[in-house]
Amino acid sequence: MSCVVGIDLGSTTTKAVILDENCEVLGRGITNSRSNYDLAAAVARTEGFINARFGLVEQQLQATETAAMVSRLRRAFVMEQILQQLRRLEQLMLEETERSAPDHLKSAFRASIEEICRRIAVEEEQRFKQPPMLRSDFFRDAAGSAFMRIAEQLADPAGVSFDRLVGVYDKCIIRVENEPLDLDFRDHIGDALRRVGNPPGLADAVEYAVARDLEPSYTVGTGYGRARLPFPKEQIRSEILCHGLGAHAMFPGTRTVLDIGGQDTKAIQVDEQGIVTNFQMNDRCAAGCGRYLGYIADEMNLGLHELGPLAEQSKRCVKINSTCTVFAGAELRERLGLGEKREDILAGLHRAIVIRAMSLLARSGGVSDEFTFTGGVAKNPAAVHAIRDLVGENYGERTLNISPDSIYTGALGAALFASRIAA
Amino acid sequence: MAEALKDRSMLLQKEMIARHFERLARAPETGEPVVYTFVPGNLTELIRSFDALPVLPEINALQSGMRKLSGDYIAEAERAGHSEDVCTYVKCDIGMMRSGNLGPGGLKLPKPDLLLLSYTGCYTFMKWFELLREEYDCPTVMFHVPYQGDGVLEPEHRSYMLRQLREQVIPALEKATGRKYDEDKLRHNLALSAQAEDDLVAVLQAGKNRPSPIDGYFGTVYYVGPIFSAFRGTEEGVEYYRTLRAEVEERAALGLGPITPDGPLEGERYRLVVEGPPNWTSFRDFWKMFSDEKAVVVASTYTKVGGTYDFGFRHDPDDPLGTLADYCSGCYTNLNLPSRIDMISRYIEEYQADGFLINSVKSCNSFSAGQLMILREVEKRTGIPGAFIESDLVDPRYFSAANIKNRLESYFQMIDARRLGKTA
Repeated sequence: MSCVVGIDLGSTTTKAVILDENCEVLGRGITNSRSNYDLAAAVARTEGFINARFGLVEQQLQATETAAMVSRLRRAFVMEQILQQLRRLEQLMLEETERSAPDHLKSAFRASIEEICRRIAVEEEQRFKQPPMLRSDFFRDAAGSAFMRIAEQLADPAGVSFDRLVGVYDKCIIRVENEPLDLDFRDHIGDALRRVGNPPGLADAVEYAVARDLEPSYTVGTGYGRARLPFPKEQIRSEILCHGLGAHAMFPGTRTVLDIGGQDTKAIQVDEQGIVTNFQMNDRCAAGCGRYLGYIADEMNLGLHELGPLAEQSKRCVKINSTCTVFAGAELRERLGLGEKREDILAGLHRAIVIRAMSLLARSGGVSDEFTFTGGVAKNPAAVHAIRDLVGENYGERTLNISPDSIYTGALGAALFASRIAA
Repeated sequence: MAEALKDRSMLLQKEMIARHFERLARAPETGEPVVYTFVPGNLTELIRSFDALPVLPEINALQSGMRKLSGDYIAEAERAGHSEDVCTYVKCDIGMMRSGNLGPGGLKLPKPDLLLLSYTGCYTFMKWFELLREEYDCPTVMFHVPYQGDGVLEPEHRSYMLRQLREQVIPALEKATGRKYDEDKLRHNLALSAQAEDDLVAVLQAGKNRPSPIDGYFGTVYYVGPIFSAFRGTEEGVEYYRTLRAEVEERAALGLGPITPDGPLEGERYRLVVEGPPNWTSFRDFWKMFSDEKAVVVASTYTKVGGTYDFGFRHDPDDPLGTLADYCSGCYTNLNLPSRIDMISRYIEEYQADGFLINSVKSCNSFSAGQLMILREVEKRTGIPGAFIESDLVDPRYFSAANIKNRLESYFQMIDARRLGKTA
């Protein structure tokens, strides 16, 4: 089957979208960008193809239980990937211990690491048996939080201390992230299938999906890491064009696009064909970008995904003046000191970001109907809430489009450019 | 930059500038009087008619920027208490002065005998010379040019300027130099100016060719150097522009593109009009972002800050003081926003540009305020999409290469997409 790939190498996450010859989405993949862009692109692409093959599995199954069955298979597959990465992590940590731990602690160290990894594996197996729970897609986050928790329980302040364990983990997780592992569909689907009991219909569908040829004819790259992609120049497109075209493909009525990314915010105007007619980008600092929220989450000791829901509980939004990332931290601490509620402060911070974005939107030509919000921050309900309010206050009633796949908008646009080259 | 461009005009320019700075360095011994002044609305012919040597602090600052010295000079000024957000030309100049006052060639600059402040659209100039007056304890004279708020120079504005020239500026120059005002000498200088101006305009308008044989922003910054600084109204200036014109006309006749620091540019893909000063600290990198994409600037407004000659103005030896007044009032920074919009729109049409770009300078509110209105209005009038980037004059901290490159690439691809859309 002929297909094309779009890769968006963002500053924090790397996304891939695979399209078939009718420009329908076959698969989507995402990974954290880490310090190795080449690998991030490869992993996102692999994830995209895995996703595409699951799509093929689904297509083959017409029965009513399809969704539940495939979802279970997916979870089993992800678990196999995680277990493989965990095995590699354990191996590296043991090697590191051999190399750097004091002799008298070597065996105690080994025992601790083996025990932590064993417990993580057990937790993962347990997790698979339970109904799916929301958590980060990335191995680093999943393994990291479990490691810290268990290491704290096992650590012996006099011997293998928590700090020493964390030191070994930190060193090795970077290596696991930065070396290519076999995480492809074909590498783990067999184990995943066995884990869900090898149901005959599903096994046939998997066989079909494995056998299908999915060779991309073209790939187009975008995002800050675009220069890393080994493509000729005509296969590189700017994020601004990709977000414009991607948003147009998701919502053809789109005329204004706002993308709040990790490092920058872009306000884009597009015509009826999705061609960019105007854009504005933030400058000077990361104020008002996704990273600002990351920083606030760190300041508050919260996960990034917890910020929005917490802010949504606010009854009285606190006015935050600073969108300077560092000053906002100072303002946040002062407000906490004054006894303001966390959720009210957070609501204020979200509004502050969106006020910055509104200024860019105004500079790019205002907010036309329909308005599409793209990028990772579009998943954050408090940011969406603030945008809805501020667009309404400034421009009156506008249709606000947000796709559940908004984070893939840039990659989708890139894939659409790839399909145009292929055609 | 000069080493990469080996045309005769470049060598000439290099030599004349070197000679000028050597003369300045020797001024304390030779006793040649020195007048510090600004680029917009400068009275070079008048200063020269008193046999005085002009020093232009803005030019020194931009040269320091290009020579990667401005970061240290700005830091020096900030250590002296100047705030981060103040015009970086000012801080660079103050820093240079406090660091020994070594000019672009590494030679010491003499102290001014007179600070001749020509006010044309930038309030910071006044504060700048107040600061210099504090340092040098020397006489200051202000030549106030009324802002063209309504887009025209009224007769009473003109007579107000003539009165200032006669009653303040000329007496101040006489006092500082110890020489009498010599109108014949001034007329002679003005005639030389007009000659050079004719040749300059021919060079600027060569941008109308396809391909353009010049880059009307990056390359032209060098072309306007002599006429904007110390060499208008001089024989050297006349020779320089005659030589330059011949070179540019030859390139045009041969159908060649402009010369960039990386060699001649072939295959012009985008023709742009640019508004706003360039960034000096990353000048080559900035230029390369354009030349890599085969984008050629066919016309720019910055190259008119020292005079807008391409719409007909020439210094007139028959009306020596009147022509100085006309010249000063018509400098780009003294024009109101509608005039600036007219000018850009006209450039887009006459030079057949595919796009226009605004480089908004962070530490220069004088230049940057109103640029968004300009952008909107020009887009509306011409139907050509505009782009907006932000950098600074000489503060290296304000140049974000990744951000600017991202915007430029996006903009060029946007032009491509629109072209395809139109032909599809």
